[in-house]
Amino acid sequence: MTIDMSQFFQVFFDETEELLAEMEKLLLAVDVSAPDNEDLNAIFRAAHSIKGGASTFGLNDLTDVTHVLENLLDRIRKGEMALTGEHVDAFLVAKDILKMQLDGHRLHTPVDQEAVADARMMLQSLSQDAVSIAPPPPPEVIHYSQEDAEAKFANVKRCFRIELPQVGERDAKALAAELGLLGRLSIAVLADKRQVFTLATDETADDIIAICSFILDPDDLKVTEEALSASAATKPSAQTEEDLGYGFFEPIEDLRAFIAQDAPSAPEATKQTASPVEAAPEVTAAEKKNLGRRESDRAPASSQESSSIRVGIEKVDQLINLVGELVITQAMIEQRTDSLDPMQHERLLNSVSQLTRNTRDLQEAVMSIRMMPMDYVFSRFPRMVRDLASKLGKKVEFVTHGAATELDKGLIERIVDPLTHLVRNSIDHGIETPSVRTAAGKGETGRLSLSAGHQGGNIVIEVSDDGGGLNRERILAKAKQNGLPINDNMTDADVWQLIFAPGFSTAETVTDVSGRGVGMDVVKRNITAMGGVVDIRSGKGFGTTISISLPLTLAILDGMSIKVGEEVYILPLGYVIESLQPDPIDVKEISGQGRVVKVRGEYLPLIPLYQMFDIVPTFTNPSEGIVVILESDGRKAALFVDDLVGQQQVVVKNLESNYRKVAGISGATILGDGGVSLIIDVAALLRSSRQLSDESIFSS
Amino acid sequence: MSQSMGYNTASGDKSGAEVAGQEYLAFTLGKEEYGLDILKVQEIRGYETVTRVANAPEFVKGVVNLRGIIVPIVDMRIKFKLGEPTYDQFTVVIILNISGRIVGMVVDSVSDVITLTPDQVKPAPDMGALNSNYLIGLGTLDERMLILIDIDRLMSSSDMGLIEKIAA
Repeated sequence: MTIDMSQFFQVFFDETEELLAEMEKLLLAVDVSAPDNEDLNAIFRAAHSIKGGASTFGLNDLTDVTHVLENLLDRIRKGEMALTGEHVDAFLVAKDILKMQLDGHRLHTPVDQEAVADARMMLQSLSQDAVSIAPPPPPEVIHYSQEDAEAKFANVKRCFRIELPQVGERDAKALAAELGLLGRLSIAVLADKRQVFTLATDETADDIIAICSFILDPDDLKVTEEALSASAATKPSAQTEEDLGYGFFEPIEDLRAFIAQDAPSAPEATKQTASPVEAAPEVTAAEKKNLGRRESDRAPASSQESSSIRVGIEKVDQLINLVGELVITQAMIEQRTDSLDPMQHERLLNSVSQLTRNTRDLQEAVMSIRMMPMDYVFSRFPRMVRDLASKLGKKVEFVTHGAATELDKGLIERIVDPLTHLVRNSIDHGIETPSVRTAAGKGETGRLSLSAGHQGGNIVIEVSDDGGGLNRERILAKAKQNGLPINDNMTDADVWQLIFAPGFSTAETVTDVSGRGVGMDVVKRNITAMGGVVDIRSGKGFGTTISISLPLTLAILDGMSIKVGEEVYILPLGYVIESLQPDPIDVKEISGQGRVVKVRGEYLPLIPLYQMFDIVPTFTNPSEGIVVILESDGRKAALFVDDLVGQQQVVVKNLESNYRKVAGISGATILGDGGVSLIIDVAALLRSSRQLSDESIFSS
Repeated sequence: MSQSMGYNTASGDKSGAEVAGQEYLAFTLGKEEYGLDILKVQEIRGYETVTRVANAPEFVKGVVNLRGIIVPIVDMRIKFKLGEPTYDQFTVVIILNISGRIVGMVVDSVSDVITLTPDQVKPAPDMGALNSNYLIGLGTLDERMLILIDIDRLMSSSDMGLIEKIAA
């Protein structure tokens, strides 16, 4: 067989990476004192799948490590030994080793062979210890028939019955030749001309399936383990009988898992609970039964396995671009048909409105492809928190909220590094050691929470700890030392912003975790580059919350078009609270500070857009035009414009790709008539207006 | 002004011209005739309504939609104070592709494409409005004289303020 394997390698690498991540997630979630059997099985399955894949591709180093890992896991999930924290640590180490080896194969990064050997030794010694500590509990044995027990524990060769679907003679021969390499093979032919192999071998059922799957669809295949004494199949009727009996004990991993799960209860109960499950599919043909069981076994564990496809990101982006163009075209058609007489062109207008709906649905569906849950980021932290906390001798409880919040894939990938840094900081500098915490009257265990949620048109991600909080005096002293411009009357918010200055660290000791003073400036820079804002809230002794507000700047936003003079601008709808025409008496002049407008008892600064953008407006009196109340960063302002034009979804085009950044403008879009309209950067506009009115808290 | 990048490009162009003549697009601004490397030209269009960009220099007319791409339009007549900026159906916009960035340039008219051999290109004397840094030289063809512009360097210069990192 000459199959070009290289094309499958990438799939194997991707899958293995996912399996490893899954394994780590499960390991971290597992409760050492009372492990959930389902979790243990899932961990085992992950290890087993990696092993299977690795051996198929001849990656023996991966196979070796997974093999010892699998052995140990197998004993634990079968209840032969109790799970301890030591085990979990060892498994995590093994996972790292596997990841390293995987990267070694994929990216040709160096692999630390010593670490590999160490990990293997550790796993092996752990699994040997257990034999002496915990002998297999007796109920285990009762489960298996005499022969099975022999096959399992006495290390006798096992015997498999492999029932083939109807295949060509050539395939059958090829298969026979392959299987012949594994052990002693005998062939029998059934009444319906299907072939049945009987193979005595040391390999497992999965290995056999793996080999067969080169020639056959494994789902069509039926592999059952027989007691060694049992001979080859005799008659189809007898075979069903056999299947009934042995099917229950066959060591296909999922089934074994099933038994193990119920093992602690009485064996009789196991049989009773199990038999209805088995019995139902058995009514139908033998193949169907087997198939049904496979599916039901797989379903709870890895239902997402078959429900996703891998597509290159550039294909998705191309799709998004095309849909963006479609949206523009659709808006154009809609605009052109607006002037038609609704009576005369009723059918055309109906079709157009249907097109509008379909386009919008299509657009939403396409946009959602790029969206990923924050869980993708959050899931990598529990491990880090655990490792760091134990390294620093701290106790940290890690909680996440809003892991389902979706964010654009591009942003998700860029937020990982800043978040990692913030989490490290919180554990290293924020959360105190248990003794300090106790002295301060707090619980020994610190709490670190990561949360994500939508707020207006933004996604807000917060890293929050209940540690010591930022130390104002220390930051000020350090800032003075670094020659930063400070004074003692600075507000807390201003002081907190100082930690974003390059080279700033107040940590008393430099650890290998953090404290070198590189980082916070990078965090701030990265987030600003994404169009986000970092905000710090801190109370001495109560902890620190660092909140990152990111725009959901996807390619499309809901916008409100407004008119000033001859110009049409787009306001992102997320910022708009309301729009109104103010009463002349509600507009007040504050000498030297511009005007304010009274809206529902609140005085809001009035921002005349024509002044900001230097346009000749139609109106200069707010009571003749319209004011749009905007909110950003918790601050409100009234934007004075001439007129509201409408509300529409717009495709955000980058102004900077061919031009430079324009203050107060976040991008551009193409209107229905093909003209260009600029999108107002509301946050920046409000910030600059705040600076004008001298109540700026931003030191940009 | 030491823009080594721009210099390299210019010298590269010259070495290419030594092998064979180089093609220039000839256009007029006011009464003068100019030439620029034809390979930088993406297309030539009529002038259409632009969307004004707030707080931009006067010569940046605004942005237009060029088949889904937002393209800034600069008026060289305003930039170099040459001729009266009038906008009618005969106003021409040269769409340039300057190392991946698309810019539209308004000129009075576009005449033809000419081929100049290196010996037809004379070094330029220092001239007032147009900083000689942006000149390749003066091209002579029969009775015509073309001011050859190093358009790469001109468009990416801080004078134009089209590109952020230099402008900031």
